[in-house]
Amino acid sequence: METATEPKKQPHMPGPDNQKPNQADGEAISPWKEAYWQLRKNKLAIVGIIIITFFILIAIFAPLLTNYTYHSISAADRLQGPSAAHWLGTDDLGRDIFTRIVYGARISLMVGFFAVSGALIFGSILGIIAGYYGRWVDMIISRIFDIMLAFPSILLAIAIVAILGPSLQNALIAIAIVNIPIFGRLVRSKVISIRQEEYIMAAKAQGMKNGRILVHHVLPNSVAPIIVQATLSFGTAILEAAALGFLGLGAQAPTPEWGKMLSDSRQFIQSAPWTVLFPGLSIMLVVLGFNMIGDGLRDALDPKMKS
Amino acid sequence: MTKPVLEINNLQTHFFTDRGEIPAVDDVSFSINAGEVLGIVGESGCGKSVTSLSVMGLVPNPPGKIVGGEILFRRQEGRDKAEDLVKVSRKRLRAIRGDQIAMIFQEPMTSLDPLFTIGHQIIEAVRNHRKVTKKQARAKAVEMLKLVGIPRAEEIVDEYPHQLSGGMRQRVMIAIAMSCDPEVLIADEPTTALDVTIQAQILELMKDLNRKKGTAIMMITHDLGVVAEICDRVVVMYAGKIVEEGDVRTILKSPKHPYTQGLIRSLPKMSNRDSRLYSIPGNVPKPGSIKQGCRFAARCPEVFDRCTQENPELLNLGEGHGCRCFLYEKEGKIVNV
Repeated sequence: METATEPKKQPHMPGPDNQKPNQADGEAISPWKEAYWQLRKNKLAIVGIIIITFFILIAIFAPLLTNYTYHSISAADRLQGPSAAHWLGTDDLGRDIFTRIVYGARISLMVGFFAVSGALIFGSILGIIAGYYGRWVDMIISRIFDIMLAFPSILLAIAIVAILGPSLQNALIAIAIVNIPIFGRLVRSKVISIRQEEYIMAAKAQGMKNGRILVHHVLPNSVAPIIVQATLSFGTAILEAAALGFLGLGAQAPTPEWGKMLSDSRQFIQSAPWTVLFPGLSIMLVVLGFNMIGDGLRDALDPKMKS
Repeated sequence: MTKPVLEINNLQTHFFTDRGEIPAVDDVSFSINAGEVLGIVGESGCGKSVTSLSVMGLVPNPPGKIVGGEILFRRQEGRDKAEDLVKVSRKRLRAIRGDQIAMIFQEPMTSLDPLFTIGHQIIEAVRNHRKVTKKQARAKAVEMLKLVGIPRAEEIVDEYPHQLSGGMRQRVMIAIAMSCDPEVLIADEPTTALDVTIQAQILELMKDLNRKKGTAIMMITHDLGVVAEICDRVVVMYAGKIVEEGDVRTILKSPKHPYTQGLIRSLPKMSNRDSRLYSIPGNVPKPGSIKQGCRFAARCPEVFDRCTQENPELLNLGEGHGCRCFLYEKEGKIVNV
């Protein structure tokens, strides 16, 4: 294994995988370009990207992929195993599982997207305020984060859903709230560390306004870890949505949410294992995909700006 | 006699920490004339960096604060109209910073934002103070890069900091600092992080800019070699106070204060290669730890009783040569009462 990978470490292998131009070309190499090259070299990240692209495509083209609707019940087709008619079998109400998984991809990806976006936006704003203003503002915001992080996230999400009432939308809100401190703390620590960078001092010495420094120098330099965290959180958010769905606190019937499908089918785990296997597999693959991309991005972005 | 471009009177910058109030800069006065290169010399922690940050209004607050004194800045035109940088509004200070008083830092490797091109950063600096179009600012950026001796300026302008060496980056920092034609350039150990050969080039460049543009330079350094190379006058600081000041020849040829003498003796010499390198015994005292007497007393080879009991005043030894030591009390008169 060791010897097999050895030749690939040669820095300037010709070929399509390594098109990094020489410094001598005088071409500007932005840190983002550098990260892109790094990411392209990472096989696991590529696998992750393929998995997620696959799920995004089936989510977009869901109606074209199946002749069934996700909610049509058919007593005659109850709990059928995978066949030509029903590729992944049917559930206890005779609904086509493939159809439900394909439509479920829409829900999971959407939950992931909106929950992460919400957490990202609010978490970043709070993190910037805490990191930038410091002192008592930081004290208050950080302590609130600490309190939120003291709860197991799923427990906190359950509590929030219990207050708001069970629905997919409320589950999404709960997941977003639960993830706010994760982004908040990350952004705060990044803002604090970047504020002490010498180029921030240099920008101040040039007479730049604080606000301008924050937007033009502090934020862009904090973006890399935020992107990594967002990607990883995508997976967690989907997992949390599935967990809430499983507990009956998320999507309600007949919404084809993967976690909900799991819980509806759990009594058939022995008689009709496909009813549990495929939704479970979908959750696993999507989360795995996002984690692989996230890890790849971290490797590409974190040792960043190295020359 | 024209009035100095920058005049610092009785500056006191203190740090308020859990261990109490620490006077990092304690009653420091000096001035820089237009077109002059002033060296501020001292060991780490003697207050020379804090002095420069005080001038820029960049002392981290909290814990630091200017508690007394004034920093008078006079523009080239209307030299007698002085502005006290301690008292001006933050907005006014921002307008002066980077435009009329610019600063370069010790670490060229981290002083540029890694995410933006060199050109972008110079353009940003120019447009921060001047109402010019992006195109004009870009032309200015290329012009500045050429001025500081960067080859292939048209290409470098679109490159990123990590593509440049330390010496090149320091040149870029100087280009940024000089982009608005400042009256004063504060250089905080600009060559410390560089190779010796590059150091000489950067010093040469600064001396050149000083001559061409008439920019006064306040050179903060611990390196007497740098002082000898570039400075016209020198201020020697020790534990937050000025212990000796004068023109560079006087200070280097016939230093009066035992501390300055020690500093010069501890320079390695080619002539006596066999003997051990001299070092001043002891360590720099913590700022604020000495309440009474001369701050150098504990390390001074010429110490006598009075040194530990009374604070020496800065004595005028003639021709702008000042020294804070009891040894010269008969020769000089007190200048800084």
